[in-house]
Amino acid sequence: MNEIIEQYWQSYLWFDGYQLSGVAMTLWLLVASIAIGGILSVPLAVARVSRNPLLRLPVWFYTYVFRGTPLYIQLLILYTGIYSLQIVRDQPTLDAFFREGINCTLLAFALNTCAYTTEVFAGAIRATPYGEIEAGRAYGMSEFTLYRRIILPSALRRSLPFYSNEVILMLHSTTLAFTATVPDLLKVARDVNSATYSSFEAFGLAAVLYAVMVFILVWVFRRCEDHWLAFMKPQAR
Amino acid sequence: MFLQGYGSLIVEGTLTTIQLALLSMLLAVSLGLIGASAKLSRYPVLRHLAAGYTTLIRSVPDLVIMLLLFFSLQIWLNNFTEWLQAEQIDINPFAAGVITLGFIYGAYFTETFRGAFQAVPAGQLEAAAAYGMNRRQVFIRVLFPQMMRFALPGIGNNWQVVLKATALVSIIGLIDIVKVTQDAGKNSMDLFFFSVIGGLIYLALTTVSNGALLWLERRYSVGVRGAQL
Repeated sequence: MNEIIEQYWQSYLWFDGYQLSGVAMTLWLLVASIAIGGILSVPLAVARVSRNPLLRLPVWFYTYVFRGTPLYIQLLILYTGIYSLQIVRDQPTLDAFFREGINCTLLAFALNTCAYTTEVFAGAIRATPYGEIEAGRAYGMSEFTLYRRIILPSALRRSLPFYSNEVILMLHSTTLAFTATVPDLLKVARDVNSATYSSFEAFGLAAVLYAVMVFILVWVFRRCEDHWLAFMKPQAR
Repeated sequence: MFLQGYGSLIVEGTLTTIQLALLSMLLAVSLGLIGASAKLSRYPVLRHLAAGYTTLIRSVPDLVIMLLLFFSLQIWLNNFTEWLQAEQIDINPFAAGVITLGFIYGAYFTETFRGAFQAVPAGQLEAAAAYGMNRRQVFIRVLFPQMMRFALPGIGNNWQVVLKATALVSIIGLIDIVKVTQDAGKNSMDLFFFSVIGGLIYLALTTVSNGALLWLERRYSVGVRGAQL
C-alpha cells in the first residue's frame, strides 16, 4: 500500500508525467460538463414547460432519449461511432474534434447531464405556486420579466436538493472517461492495477478519493441550501 | 439478412442484459429489505452496520466498486484455491455482474425501503396491534402492503438506474448488448450504425419498463384519494 502511494501519488492526484490526471482530471470533467450542461439546461427547461408544442416536444424527445439510454452507449456512439463515419473524417474541423477522446467525453457528459438537469429544473418551474405567477402577471410583467424576476429565482433555488443529487451522480459517471482514453482517476487506478497486480489497493485508493470528493460536494451543497433555501426552513419562534 | 447477419447475436446479448438486470434487481431488493430492517432495528450494531454500508456504497462510483470487487474477488479466490492446492477457478463475469450490481444497488434500495417503512402512519400499526395481531401479522397484513405503495416510485427509479448500469458490465467481460453491438460494428466496419442499434434496444427496454411501472403504480394506489384540481 505504502509503495503504491509513494510511487503513484502524483498520478492519483494531478499529474501523470505527461498531462493532467487523476483527481484533477476527474474534477475538470465534472466542472466542465456540469457548467456546459447547466447553462444549456435553463433555456431548455423553459422550453420544456412551454405551451407551444414546437418548443416543448423537441426538448421532451431530447431528454427522453438521453435519459432512456446508458451514458456508456452515448459515449461509445460519440467517440467510436461518429469517428467511424467517412463524412466526419473528410471534414477537417469535425475530424480534429472527434479524434480527441477528451472532446467526445466532454460532449457526451455535457449532453447527458443537461438532459437530467433540464428535467430537474422543469419540474421545479412547474411546481411554482400559481399565486406568484398570477401576481406577477397582475403587475403587468411580460413573460420574460416574469421568468427573470419571479419564476427562475424561485425554481432554481427549490431545485437545489435534486440538482446536488445530479451533480454527485455525474461525478460517479465521470468514471466512464477511461473508456475514451481520458486519464481520469479510475484510469490511473486501472494502470496501477495492471502494473502492480495489487487490485484492492489500486482501486481502494481511488474509491477513498472518490468518497472524499463526494463528502466535500455534499458539504458544499448543504451550505448552499442553508443559504439559498433559508426561507423554506421551519422558523423557531 | 437481419442486421447484416448479426441479428441472432444481438438478440442473445439483449437476453443476457435482461437476465442480468432482473437477477441484480432481485438481489438488490432483498439486500434493500434486509438493510432497511437493520436501519430501523432496535440494536445499535445493526443500525451502524447498515449506515456504513449505505454511506460507503453511495459515495463511491458504481464502476469503481465493480472493478474493485471483480479483480479483488478473483485474487482472493486464487489465494484460497492455492492454499487448498486446488485448480484455479475463474469467476464467471455474469455471476460477478449480478453480485456487484446487486450489492451496489442494495444500498440505494435500503434508503428507498427505509423511507417507505417510515412513511406508514404509526396509527395503522397501533390499530393493528389493538386488534390483537402479533408482530408477524402486523408486518404481513398492514406494514408491508402499505410500505410497497410508498416505495414503488423509488423502486421504479432504481430499476431504470440498474437497467442502465448493466451497460457497465461489458467492461468486466460480459457479452451483453454493448459488447455484441460493438463487436458487430467492428467486424462489419459500421460501428456507428450498430452503436445506435445498441442505444435503441436500451431505449425500448426503458420505455417498456416505464409503461409497466405506471400500471403498477396505478394498481397499488387503488383506494388512495387524490385531490382533484
